[in-house]
Formats: sequence, C-alpha cells, structure tokens
Amino acid sequence: MFRSEDNMEDCLLKKIEISVSEAEKRTGRNAVNMQETYTAYLIETRAVESQTEGQCSPVDSLWRRYSEFELLRNYLLVTFPHIVVPPLPEKRAEFVWHKLSADNMDPDFVERRRIGLENFLLRVASHPILCQDKIFYSFLTQEGGWKEMVNETGFQLKADSRLKALSATFRVKNPDKRFTELKHYSDELQSVISHLLRVRARVADRLYGVYKVHGNYGRVFSEWSAIEKEMGDGLQSAGHHMDVYSSSIDDILEEEEHYADQLKEYLFYAEALRAVCRKHELMQYDLEMAAQDLTSKKQQCEELATGTVRTFSLKGMTSKLFGQETPEQREAKIKVLEEQIHEGEEQLKSKNLEGRDFVKTAWADIERFKEQKNRDLKEALISYAVMQISMCKKGIQVWTNAKECFSKM
Amino acid sequence: MVVVVVAVITITSSGDVMVVDRLVEETTSDGETSLGRGFLQRLSYSLGSCFFAFQDLSLPNGTPVDTSSPASSSSLLNRLQLDDDLDGETRDLFVTVDDPKKHVCTMETYITYRVTTKTTRAEFDLPEYSVRRRYQDFDWLRNKLEESQPTHLIPPLPEKFVMKGVVDRFSEEFVETRRKALDKFLKRIADHPVLSFNEHFNVFLTAKDLNAYKKQGMALLSKMGESVKYVTGGYKLRSRPLEFAAMGEYLDIFALKLGTIDRIAQRIIKEQLEYLVELREYGPVYSTWGGLEVELGEPLEGVSACIGNCCTALEELSEDMTEDFLPVLREYILYSESMKNVLKKRDQVQAEYEAKLEAVALKKEDRPKVPTDVEKCQDRVECFNADLKADMERWQNSKRQDFRQLLMGMADKNIQYYEKCLTAWESIIPLLQDKPETK
Repeated sequence: MFRSEDNMEDCLLKKIEISVSEAEKRTGRNAVNMQETYTAYLIETRAVESQTEGQCSPVDSLWRRYSEFELLRNYLLVTFPHIVVPPLPEKRAEFVWHKLSADNMDPDFVERRRIGLENFLLRVASHPILCQDKIFYSFLTQEGGWKEMVNETGFQLKADSRLKALSATFRVKNPDKRFTELKHYSDELQSVISHLLRVRARVADRLYGVYKVHGNYGRVFSEWSAIEKEMGDGLQSAGHHMDVYSSSIDDILEEEEHYADQLKEYLFYAEALRAVCRKHELMQYDLEMAAQDLTSKKQQCEELATGTVRTFSLKGMTSKLFGQETPEQREAKIKVLEEQIHEGEEQLKSKNLEGRDFVKTAWADIERFKEQKNRDLKEALISYAVMQISMCKKGIQVWTNAKECFSKM
Repeated sequence: MVVVVVAVITITSSGDVMVVDRLVEETTSDGETSLGRGFLQRLSYSLGSCFFAFQDLSLPNGTPVDTSSPASSSSLLNRLQLDDDLDGETRDLFVTVDDPKKHVCTMETYITYRVTTKTTRAEFDLPEYSVRRRYQDFDWLRNKLEESQPTHLIPPLPEKFVMKGVVDRFSEEFVETRRKALDKFLKRIADHPVLSFNEHFNVFLTAKDLNAYKKQGMALLSKMGESVKYVTGGYKLRSRPLEFAAMGEYLDIFALKLGTIDRIAQRIIKEQLEYLVELREYGPVYSTWGGLEVELGEPLEGVSACIGNCCTALEELSEDMTEDFLPVLREYILYSESMKNVLKKRDQVQAEYEAKLEAVALKKEDRPKVPTDVEKCQDRVECFNADLKADMERWQNSKRQDFRQLLMGMADKNIQYYEKCLTAWESIIPLLQDKPETK
C-alpha cells in the first residue's frame, strides 16, 4: 500500500523506522468500569543509524489501541486543517462478501487492520508537515502520559464545531472555483469507490460460488471412479484436481481483500479531502461575513456623519419620533463606530492573509495528494491485474492437469 | 464347421437370432449370403449365441461340448471389432442428421430434419440417400428396434416432452440440441453390428414415404411382436446370475452419479450467469471512475474494457457448457435407462425358462431328456445373455470414449476461458505502467 515518496527530504522516516508488528487481544475496564475486550497494536520504532556506525540501534516498542490512533488522527485533523490527513483503516469491516467475517475480533480482520494502521503511521511519518509534529512523535515513542499530553494541547477547543454540524448550509458568495471543484470531485470519488467496493464484494461472492460448486465434481468423480475400471484412475485424480480448483479460490479472494483495502483507503481519503474543502469554505464564509459587517458599519458611520438616512431604517424612525440626538452623543457614537471599523479592517486583513495562506498550503498539499493518489492507485490496479493474471494461470494449470487425467481415461 | 458358420450368418442377417428351427431351411435358400464388411462384426457378435444354436443342432443327446473353442474365437473377433470401431475406416454406413426445417400446417407445427445416408453395403440399392424425418419418425424407429431386437441395447432418443412455456420448442438452441441428439442416435445405430442391419432402420433411412410403410408394417409385424412377449410378473426370478446383478448395480450407481454431475453442471452454469450479471455491473464502474480522473482516466478505462472481455469469455463458456456438455450427460442418463430395460427383459426371459424347467421337473423326474420347448427357452436365455454382454461391452467402450471426449472438452473450454481472461489482463499492464514516465 505504502511507498515512500521520492521527494521527501527531512521527513521522520529518514530518521526512524516504524512498524506495527503485532496485534494482541486484551481485556480491561473502560471509563465506566465495564469489562471490555479490545485489540492492542505493538508499534516498534528504531533509529536509522548513519551509515558509518553500522550498528543496529535498539528497538523501542509500545502498545496502542485503535482509539488512541483515532485520537491522534483527530488531533492532526484539527491542528492541520489545510492538510489532507491520511485516513485510518476502517473500524468495522465494510463491503465484505459473505464468507468474510464482519467480526472485529476476527484474526483476518485484525491482521488487515494491523497493516492499515502501519500504513497510516508511515503515511504520516513521510508527510513533509505532519511528520514534524511533536505529538505524533511522542505517540510513537512515549507510552505513558501521551493522552494527557494531547489533551493539554487543547486541540479540542480549536475544533470548529461548525465543520461537523453544518456542512452545506453556509452560502459562500465568492467560492474558490478550485475548491468547489475539488469538493465535487471528492463527493463523486467517494460515491464511485463505494459503488465499486459494493459490486466487487458481490463479484467475489459469485466467484466464490462458481469455484466451490466445482468442488462437488471432486466428490462425485471420486465416487464414480469406484465403479469404473479403465476410467477409474483418471476420474479419481481429475476429482482431486477439482478439489484443488475449488479450494484455490480462498487464497485468491483473500489476496483480493488487500486490493479492496487499498480502495478503501482512498474512499476514506475522499472524506479527508472534503474536510479540507469544508474548512476552506468556512474560512471564506467568515471572511465574507466580516467584510459584510465592516461595510454596514461604514455605512452607519457615514449616515451619522452626514445626518442623512439613505435607507429607511428603524434608526431613522426613532430619530424622527424622539427628536435629534445631541451632537455630543453623535460624536461619541461615531467614535465607537470608527474604532470598530478600524478593528474590523484589521481583522479582515488578517483573515484575508490567513485565507491566502491556507489556500497556498492547502493547495500545495492537495497537489501532493493528487500525485500520491495517482501513483498509489496505478500500483493498486497493477497488483490487481497481476492477481487476476495469477488466478487465470492457476485456472489454466488446474484444468490442464484435469484434462490430462481425462485423456488417460 | 464351415456349414455352421454360414448358418450363423444367415441367422443374424435374418434379424432374429432366436429362430433356431429355421436354421437348416434358411441355409439352403439363402445360400448366397453376402459377405459384406459387417460380416466380421456380425459374426463376432453372434458367436456367443451361435454356440448354443450349434449345441442344439448337432448334439441333441446333450453330450457335453468343449466350450473353449467358440468362446476364445469370440473374444478374438470382439477385439477385431473394437479395432474397427477405433479407426473408423472399415465403417460402411455413414448417417448424418442436419438442416432442420420448420413446417407450419393448419393442424400442427413441427420440425423435420434431413437424414443423409452414405453406404457401400449391399443391403442398400443406392450408395446415397437423403430423406426428411421428424421426431415422431425417430420415435417410431426406436419402438420398432426395441420390438424387433429385444435382446439389444437401443440407444436413447432425446426426451420427447419438454416443459411448455419453459422451453421454446422452435428456438434455434432447442432445435440444434435436439438435432445433435438425433444425429448421435442414428450414428450409434449405424455403428452397431446388429442394429445397423435392422430392416426398419434401412427403411427409415431410405423410404420416400415412411408413413405408408408404417401402416403396412403394422399388420406384418404383429406376428413378430409375439415372439417378444414375455411373462410379466407371476414368476419371480430365483437368482440373477452374478454378472448381471453386478451390471444392474453398476447402472444404478452410474445413473445416480450422472444425475449428480448433471445437477452440479447446472448449478455451475447458474452461478456463472449470476457472476456474469455482477461482472457486467462491475466493469462500467471503473469507466465511471475513469471519467472523474485525468491521469488515471486511461488505466481505469482499460480495466473496464478488460472486465468486458472477461464477460464475453464467460458467456461463451457457459453457452458451451449448456449446449455441448449437458445434452451428452442427459443422453447417457437415458442410455443407462435403456440398458436397465434390456436387463429387465433378460430377467423375464430367464424367469420364463426357470418356470418351465420347474414345471417339467415336477411332472417327471426320471425322464432323461427335457422337452424341446424348454430347451428352446434355455437357448433364448443364453442368446439374450450373450447379446447383452456384448452390448454392454460395446457400450462401456463407447461410454469411455464419449466421456473422455466430453470431460476433456469441458477442461478445454475452461482453459480457453482462462486464456482469454489472461490475455485481457496482460494487455492492460503496459497501460498501467507506461504513464508515470511520460508525466
């Protein structure tokens, strides 16, 4: 799944090796003192020695559970809103074909998740920005007190609750076309990959059926061979090949599950991509609101200064009803407004700057992501094609063997 | 000895091996028996039965006969006959069924098939015939053969009744499947050393107007039918000879296993078709995805096209299985049924004989010689046994060849399917690989 990028310069992966080497089932007590079973994953890290020393440095290892990975990712997501943060492997098995267990404790599922978690760590560690994060580093190296350290960063306070709550409700007047397109793309990518995964699961189901029914030939050929003389041996051994054919599908589909996991990663990446777009949208919204506020204040100020009411307003009504304010009062009001306008202008300036910065860094990361995606998916497709090729070759082999048995009958 | 051999040929060519008393008379009148190419086959085939005829004629006093000589020559000739079957060069009767045509009349709609015969046999006036026959005519032929050759295994016809509404009787596939089965039916008869000389078969192949013959034959053959009547029920067979019991058991298991294979094959086809439905949806999803992408567009389109090619290959595979594999299986299931019927008839003949023997034994115990009708009955049993054994052996041989061919064909079709998919997947690898460098 993972391939280190050619252009990474100072990323963490150059300095340490990271692997998730083991998974272990554990039981413990949760927050409300209830018995629970969970899986812990062993993270191993080892400093990469400079070549001259030639000695292996010791391996550091620590255990983390899935929820801690989740916490890490949430932290990264909030702290780096302009980054397409690598996704975690699925919490529960989705898009499975019927023979595949959906049980979280299923060894195959745990194993696939182990690979997925390792892949996640490697992706973060090779990311030019994310890899420099202190919290990430201590996630890898500091077993105790890590959770407290994360919470101390107060990242949860920074989390913009609007991001989750209202995604489609802001109406941005001047959306950035690039981000709109990207958001549209991530929506479509998500829907097409989930469709693909759904159909693939059904295809796997059917293929499994086709192979397994051939297994019945194995039995009946063997039974039939018992009553035949000259044909007996040929039938018997052909039956054996049918058994081989039937059981070969287990490995084939297990391998294919790896391909499904690669697709799933990009299904979840689509969500990460959308998070960046949404964040941008939100910033744009804030910017526009601030600009709007400033404009209205400027207008008010002008009205007060000139004494004219251009538009019919409540204020105009009250001044007509209760008589004019004293010049002092007006002066004071204008002063307050002018201060607010100044503040607003500063704010707008900084928001503008912030937005421009965001766009710059986010777009750079999106470009990086696109390259990574094209490379990864091409590789995934190649390995998928190679899998299909080896399946075809296996099929040819088995049927050629069976044919030889038949020809001796 | 020579006289006896000629006598045997006469018996067989007359089409009724059991009419022993006509032997002398026929030898004289039919002295110029043609020694056609079927001679060896027929000779070998009937040597078993001739032996008993021979015993009946020349040894009326029941002196024991050295059985080794006819038996050994029989097996030798059987081997000759087998060789003939294998290379097919000595065949002198070739029959094909082709060119189905639909006939729509006011009363009914039916299909006729062209039956073409090419032969060098003297029994045929012309070297070539071409007639049109419908299913009913084949059915008539089979009934006639069963009637006139009760001791022989008659190949099966494809099932007459098809579920209406489920199968379209006039669809191209159905007609083609049936044509193949009818072709097989006639070829099996044409290759049979005894059945191929049957008079009805000859008429079926040559007569311009078969219906006229059918009517005329009715009266003529009713007499013949009498010789075929057996005691049904009443007498229970004391003991079936071991080899026939084994044959029966074999056929039971054989039919059972073929039935299972038939069901498995149908399940596989069903699973394949369901797999095909999913694959047909799977491919286009890649295409849709390709539409979203720039750099990945072409590779994804490639995968989509590749899955499309696999679909076509799969379709061909299940079509082949439906059209070529299943009908042959079914023919053999029916074949084993025919075989079981012949076995049953044999048991009846033996039962008849045993009943007569018992009756005689009860009447007089001191009589040295059993009455001739009981002896005739015994001969009939022996002839039947010999014919049946020879047919079984023949059947076993052709079964072995047919199944070898059938199963190898199945393997071949699967190999071809995988080869097509392999080519498709291999062809997209360069499409996936070349792109990063061009960027």
